[in-house]
Amino acid sequence: MAQLKNFPLPDVGEGLTEAEILNWRIGPGDAVELNQIIVEIETAKASVELPCPYAGTISELLAEPGQTVEVGTPILTIEPAGAESDESEPDKPAERGERSEQGGKIGEEGADGRIATLVGYGPRSTSAKRRPRKKDATAGQRGGSDSGGSNGSAGQRPASNGTPVPTGAGTDGAGTNGTAVNGSAPATSTPSASRQAESAAGGTGVAAGGGVPLAKPPVRKLAKDLGVELRSLHGSGSGGVITRQDVERAAAGGVTAAASEGPAAGSLAARDSAEREHRVPIKGVRKATAQAMVDSAFTAPHVTEFLTIDVTPMMEFRERLKKHPDFRDVKVTPLAIASKAMCLAAKRTPDVNAAWDGEAGEIVYKDYVHLGVAAATDRGLVVPKVRDADGMSLRELAVALEELTSTAREGRTSPEAMTNGTITITNVGVFGVDTGTPILNPGESAILAFGAIREMPWVVDGQVVPRQVCQLALSFDHRVVDGQQGSRFLADVGSILSDPGMALTFG
Amino acid sequence: MSPEHWTRPSRPDDRDRLADTAVPAATSATPTREQVIAGLRATSEGGADLVQLLTPEGQRVSHPDFDIDITDEQLRGMYRDMVLVRRADREGNALQRQGQLGIWVPLLGQEAAQIGAGRAMRPQDMAFPSYREHGVAWCRGIDPTELLGIFRGTDHGSWDPNETGMSLYTIVIGNQCVNATGYAMGQKFEGKVGNSGDDPASNEATMVFFGDGATSQGDVHEGMVWASVYDAPVVFFCQNNQWAISEPTERQSRVPLYERAKGYGFPGIRVDGNDVLATLAVSQWAMNEARQGNGPLLIEAFTYRMDAHTTSDDATRYRLDDELEAWKLKDPIERLRAHLLREELADQEFFDRVDSEADELAARFREFCVNMPEPPPERMFSAVYAEESPVVAAQREDYLNYLAGFADSGHDTEGSVR
Repeated sequence: MAQLKNFPLPDVGEGLTEAEILNWRIGPGDAVELNQIIVEIETAKASVELPCPYAGTISELLAEPGQTVEVGTPILTIEPAGAESDESEPDKPAERGERSEQGGKIGEEGADGRIATLVGYGPRSTSAKRRPRKKDATAGQRGGSDSGGSNGSAGQRPASNGTPVPTGAGTDGAGTNGTAVNGSAPATSTPSASRQAESAAGGTGVAAGGGVPLAKPPVRKLAKDLGVELRSLHGSGSGGVITRQDVERAAAGGVTAAASEGPAAGSLAARDSAEREHRVPIKGVRKATAQAMVDSAFTAPHVTEFLTIDVTPMMEFRERLKKHPDFRDVKVTPLAIASKAMCLAAKRTPDVNAAWDGEAGEIVYKDYVHLGVAAATDRGLVVPKVRDADGMSLRELAVALEELTSTAREGRTSPEAMTNGTITITNVGVFGVDTGTPILNPGESAILAFGAIREMPWVVDGQVVPRQVCQLALSFDHRVVDGQQGSRFLADVGSILSDPGMALTFG
Repeated sequence: MSPEHWTRPSRPDDRDRLADTAVPAATSATPTREQVIAGLRATSEGGADLVQLLTPEGQRVSHPDFDIDITDEQLRGMYRDMVLVRRADREGNALQRQGQLGIWVPLLGQEAAQIGAGRAMRPQDMAFPSYREHGVAWCRGIDPTELLGIFRGTDHGSWDPNETGMSLYTIVIGNQCVNATGYAMGQKFEGKVGNSGDDPASNEATMVFFGDGATSQGDVHEGMVWASVYDAPVVFFCQNNQWAISEPTERQSRVPLYERAKGYGFPGIRVDGNDVLATLAVSQWAMNEARQGNGPLLIEAFTYRMDAHTTSDDATRYRLDDELEAWKLKDPIERLRAHLLREELADQEFFDRVDSEADELAARFREFCVNMPEPPPERMFSAVYAEESPVVAAQREDYLNYLAGFADSGHDTEGSVR
């Protein structure tokens, strides 16, 4: 009997669209007072406690802790206290009637089912809506003033009330793409409007496939400069937009373009299924990797070299970094520093970053480093890649590695994250192992095993002193890399790790 | 390095790191224990020059330069002022959390600074606020409900600055200092300052309110320069609440803020901004000086923002709980309450009455907010100029015609009439 009130999630910051429910302080059936704290939510800006807008009894909680809720979505219903409806309701219905024409008071559901939030905040419906003009509106006079950026003249505006008319989508830029003109506010449910939506969506599809490829002007310019045909690319950006990376990848050479073509084409679908059935793809990849390992071991003639180094200076450097404000929220592991050292050393010895293409009879040198990082997971060995690791600062690399390994440990590494590596590091040290003879990742020419760092007796200036010592092992494909290049690469990595200042001497 | 690094709270894994490291900079996000204590002292103690008449324990103390004659009735009145203003402020915060306001700017903790200053003003004086001066507005006779429009986004303020002696809220930081100085120069040019003749009580002055963060703005500097060289009757009232959003005062100034006045050539005084008596005494003195033509002056009210900067801010991300706890002990309302009880100037019945009055105010405030009417579209044009302008009139006609051309009522479409 008593009217239940909703409490829609408010925008507690300025322009927030959603928040996560952290915990409820009350439950159904609880009596609450006005402004009693009932729930804690976390927004993009802050954790905030929400006070109850009504005194009464909680009827139902509509969201669970951990759930992310859009602003404006009711999170609870409450039965207002006192049933003072006799006292306060008489003038309310009249007022509500008047108000509902206006779409309802803030926080209440309007006649059209929308919940009003404050001044333009909160979630919007997906398509922009235009209000219908009166039939005899002085359209000719007004057309120019309110047509916004569209090139439609007054004659193209809705001819009659409630008839949706498509705008000239696609031709004049993103602003009008997918915009539907709806006849009336709730028209999204009418058949004509949904047809409208379909045609708008279809229009976008055509644009992405056969029409004009979606790319920002600087990317178009880049593609033109590099001679890359945009139509041949599949955009990896949101909504299929072609990004700078897509163009650069395509320009980097036919081999990689072709190679990335496969996974990229199916990547959306793969990622989609990866989210729903995330165990299956990893298993498949693991199988494939095992096969590839066998292939690698029997096709690429492996040579392994070892180097023992004093990494005390690197460990000291790492301690200093920990105190540096820029690194305060990053865990700079020895692995991250070793990875950085590999990127630097690979520039000097590009052979280790090259690939043997027996079919073409060519060695493919790569101007980029996609660094594979072997990570142990419950399901076995996974080797995700840090893309363009050579372009990253130590901090970026550390962050990327942290993400990469935690993703891998959680078993969420996607198949495409494991393809197209150029060189690999395997951190056998985490298992307390000194060294080993790593097997090359197929298609790569070098892999570095990074051993455990332990305190060992070491001779410094004729004195035996305890130092932090570590062993490196580098396996390389002798078809591509000779002993001289392999040794230089290993020595370079070792020199940086035993004296990080040496990094300054690398171009 | 981004500024956030200076004031980010420490993370758990930083703690053990602290133990064996060298002393970080004073502004480091992870201060040592000693620095925390030293910092607390720095923000919670105003130094030797701090003018105080009421200790945090509610004990009346004397000051050689500033003392005040005040009736018991006035004391109780200021207690009531502070309680009511705080109650409205808390309700404003709650209303924002319930989706009824776009934003709210809390004054929690600064009641004494604002009531002390506001009660030192006479009707003919002029106040130029920033956007947190709910207490000053209260003293100028502006009903708290009139503050709601700007925070709900329906208008930019609805009170008449001429009638109330208070300008509308200024969102641009420090901007009001220039306006206030200009207004004060006008008061001087019009001969409303320094009259000793028939009615010295008719003399006027201006008071401008801003925060510690605003002192880094060019407008404040300009205002002070102009005010000083024109001897403008303006009192610069800086509420140093220790935080400019997330930036501590030490990122605004090397010297205590009140000492800046020296550089402009006028007096600067630091008063305990959580002591309503001292703030009133110093403000009365300063306003009298200004009215007599001895302006300008700077008052630094040493206080603390107990809540976040605004409802969009999360203060726990940059400041320490210890600091908040230390300032809780200096609460302006509790201090006066303790004094009233200690001196037996008020009984329980009085406190209860004030509390119930506060609840009534809060209910009225809420009711008004929830049912606030949206101003009609012509309001956008009606108060642009004092007199009708043909250009604005044409724009109004055009816009109203445009709105009239819609087939629906339009109130349910975002951004249509607002």
